[in-house]
Amino acid sequence: MKEALSKEDVYRAAVVRCRTVLLVVAAVTLCMVGAAYAPLAEPGLRTGLILAAAGFNAFLVAGHLMHLLQERNVIYSLLAFTVLFFAALMGLCIWAHGDTPAPGGV
Amino acid sequence: MEIAYTVQPRPDTGVYNAKLGMWLFLASEVMLFGGLFSAYVFLRMGAPPDTWPHGWLSVPLGTLNTLLLAASAVTTLLAWAACKARRFDRFKLHLGLTLILGTIFLGIKGYEYRDKWLHYEVQLKDGRIADGHLVRARTTAETVVLHGRYVADRRELLDGRRKHGPHEELVIPRDQIVRMQNYAPRHNTFMAIYFALTGLHGLHVLGGLVVFAYLWGPGSRLWHVDPEHFTNRVEVAGLFWHFVDLVWIFLFPVLYLT
Repeated sequence: MKEALSKEDVYRAAVVRCRTVLLVVAAVTLCMVGAAYAPLAEPGLRTGLILAAAGFNAFLVAGHLMHLLQERNVIYSLLAFTVLFFAALMGLCIWAHGDTPAPGGV
Repeated sequence: MEIAYTVQPRPDTGVYNAKLGMWLFLASEVMLFGGLFSAYVFLRMGAPPDTWPHGWLSVPLGTLNTLLLAASAVTTLLAWAACKARRFDRFKLHLGLTLILGTIFLGIKGYEYRDKWLHYEVQLKDGRIADGHLVRARTTAETVVLHGRYVADRRELLDGRRKHGPHEELVIPRDQIVRMQNYAPRHNTFMAIYFALTGLHGLHVLGGLVVFAYLWGPGSRLWHVDPEHFTNRVEVAGLFWHFVDLVWIFLFPVLYLT
């Protein structure tokens, strides 16, 4: 009986946590949309703000819904490699963008 | 023969095999979508100034889809939590909600695709461009009817966020048309990468829904035989669904807002 009650408690805690995550994700999404229409002089700042908000939402989903905040070390090691390769992939784009021929050069 | 470590964690990894397998699969998925995202960055940074379209997609629909997918991620977790609490009725309810929310997401995406498919840019012999949605019922062999507007320069179409005049019905004789093209992937680079990214994501949503439908329906028989094993299946499918949500969390601002 005691075990059944504790399982129900765990379920209720999950409901509360999920509700909180959903509300925060919804609020951040609406802020993101607001930032897209905000009269900001610098478009780069707008893009940065929007992507930062998206990153925060991603953290909430990965951390709380995928339980990444309390995962095993083997999963963290695996994801560390993934992050490394992903960063290299994006880094290549930026590197290639800067690799423009000099004026008049070949 | 029984497959090892479907319920109990493997001593060396600390997790059951399916979970580690799913994380490995998700790592490969990160690189798959990463390749397409980097292609987007490449194309956008390489586009000549003031040629990249803005405001071509419906922000209200994109926002709604973001909220729907976030809600479905939450109901997926609750379905798993219900399994953990041995509440099969709640599991059915939450996973059923996930199925409904995911299906609505795909329905809205389908509506957006249809909208782009019926949206045409028509180059006329007098140099003007007619831009608008095809009115199928009134289009004939002699005339094309669009609900839209005329512009003098193609660049006027690039920023959909700007206020422009009211749309009206445009009756265009076919012999005046030089070129007519809808907003399909071949329309321009933006539409190509938009359809590639959202199409691949949509296929993932569809795949997730098929798995959930199985777990909700015939696959749920396992619950009565081995509830722990079934709970782990729900968790692994849920991890995939959360990843699909994560991808959309970035697709939405990248394609709709920036």
